[in-house]
Amino acid sequence: MSDQFLTTFLFLSVVALTVGITFWASRQTKTATDFYSGGRSFSGFQNGLAIGGDYMSAASFLGISGAIAVYGYDGFLYSIGFLVAWLVALLLVAEMLRNAGRYTMADQLAFRMNQRKVRTAASVSTVVVSIFYLLAQMVGAGTLVALLLGVDSEAIKNLTIVGVGILMIFYVVVGGMKGTTYVQIVKAVLLMLGSALIVLLVLAEFNFNLSSLLGAAAENSGKGDAFLQPGLQYGSTLTSQIDFLSLGLALVLGTAGLPHILIRFYTVPTARDARKSVLWAIGLIGAFYLMTLILGFGAAALLDRDQVDPAAGGNQNLASPLLAEAVGGGDGSTGGAVLLALIAAVAFATILAVVAGLTLASSSSVAHDLYKGVLKKDQDVSEKDEVRVARIAAFAIGAVAILLSIPAQRLNIAFLVALAFAVAASANLPAIIYNMFWRRFNTRGATWSIYGGLISAVGLVLLSPVMSGLPTSMFPDSDWAIFPLNNPGIVSIPLGFLLGYLGTISSREPEAEDRFTELEVRALTGAGAEGAVQH
Amino acid sequence: MTTEASDQAARHDPVYDRLHESSEFAELRKRYRGFVIPATVAFLAWYLLYVIMSNWAGGFMATQVVGNINVALVFGLLQFATTFGLALAYSRYSNAKLDPLARSLEQSYRDQAGTDAKRGQA
Repeated sequence: MSDQFLTTFLFLSVVALTVGITFWASRQTKTATDFYSGGRSFSGFQNGLAIGGDYMSAASFLGISGAIAVYGYDGFLYSIGFLVAWLVALLLVAEMLRNAGRYTMADQLAFRMNQRKVRTAASVSTVVVSIFYLLAQMVGAGTLVALLLGVDSEAIKNLTIVGVGILMIFYVVVGGMKGTTYVQIVKAVLLMLGSALIVLLVLAEFNFNLSSLLGAAAENSGKGDAFLQPGLQYGSTLTSQIDFLSLGLALVLGTAGLPHILIRFYTVPTARDARKSVLWAIGLIGAFYLMTLILGFGAAALLDRDQVDPAAGGNQNLASPLLAEAVGGGDGSTGGAVLLALIAAVAFATILAVVAGLTLASSSSVAHDLYKGVLKKDQDVSEKDEVRVARIAAFAIGAVAILLSIPAQRLNIAFLVALAFAVAASANLPAIIYNMFWRRFNTRGATWSIYGGLISAVGLVLLSPVMSGLPTSMFPDSDWAIFPLNNPGIVSIPLGFLLGYLGTISSREPEAEDRFTELEVRALTGAGAEGAVQH
Repeated sequence: MTTEASDQAARHDPVYDRLHESSEFAELRKRYRGFVIPATVAFLAWYLLYVIMSNWAGGFMATQVVGNINVALVFGLLQFATTFGLALAYSRYSNAKLDPLARSLEQSYRDQAGTDAKRGQA
């Protein structure tokens, strides 16, 4: 019981800390630029931490280490895709987006196209991607809390989902981008320190010898050397191999199309700071994924299979917290209880920071793109009015996410995140890249690629074994799965690019081509870009 | 600065056309694309090679290098190393080759913008 008290205490401390930060940040949030982009006054280093905090989700922390603990090497493949993806953001997107846009992903399209059409499309896709990602985090939070309290009850899970939902609405409505950013910075620091502590304790058990850690993991897994090689999770049928390729593409191309990541580039004063923040983020995220490798193999080596392997009745998402307990002295020891509670609280902080970023991205897009850009035709909307709508939108999106999360608990967390990446890569990335590099690109190309990528990615998942036909499907008793892959990326990403191309060459829009001149100068030099707000 | 007004006004500022025509801008764009396009092709190919090898070259990936450390792990860690390396290389390249040109063009914009349209603060 005292363990549960400690866990509850640390969870409440995390909540109190983030709530305090949000109130503090709210006093500095006055204008629309403050609300949407924190006054663009964060340094590259601060934003790098916040990007890390926004990106390293529960799916990474709990999911990847758990996947490595159960499937060995195959879990590591996720980390690599998630990290390499940052090069797309660094080289092709971050700086130009910072210079060309203002608050949302749609800004840089609206710069030279039919505002109403491209803002609607970009906003729909922003909300869809963010909702999928939100569901993953909220379902994860419910599972985490229920399991840590040792009660596998639906009521506790639902209560946690509602609680997380209320908190994320609060962070965004009260703290805006400033509050969200500081929550993410604090989370990133907690996550790095917490992970580093457990990694050191794990390595100490093996005298800092990586080879003996791997050997112990392979032996304890019962799978021998195969545990250290690719193929355990994805198998060796052609379908599963193509599925893996599809996942790999979605991971590497999805990051630079995730709306909650894109809006982070607006929080710094210049494109050079955006570049610096991505460099910091790459260092941080890379170091974190290297740590998850040790956490995963450590869990495989030190925990019993029935603790982590779903096939043996365990829960793979709990590999990291249980590993913390084991290296702290084991079940029943004080050290074990403290470290378990600590890592669980860090995981909870991780979830809170990510859901705040997602809620902010989607509510910003609803207010700035749909309300101001489309409904009010970009006229006669005061900043106050716009921010008020963004706050209302945060309530609505939070409510929708809560209502959808409760029935979505049957869905696998990693799958939901991978789907969000696939939609981002198919719907958002083609439009962003074409817009910055191709003068001829126009409104029809943008809307075709966004809607085409979005509909094909989501549609293929509906027709996949994720939904029906297998015992693990959402509807195991029916079978309408005509698409064989779990991840749609290998079809929907090329389709998004192809539709963008076809839409463009089948229409002419001289105005969009003319304005490309200005967009290009702005994007590459920062001439006329939105500056920081001085308080 | 009130953002609404400047955004609309800036769109028709002819200074952008002049900057776009300048040889300095052409050089900036050439240097930028000259780095990022080959670099993107290279890292995507290198990453896809890794994914493909993981799928279809299991025997090679299982080769032991030192102790329990095999080619698959080394290959994976090399993806980390190349990501860090390319990020640093791009940062250095930008600082040395792109930023000076971008700064100078932005300064020209600031100098000229006010003269064409009365936009106040650029």
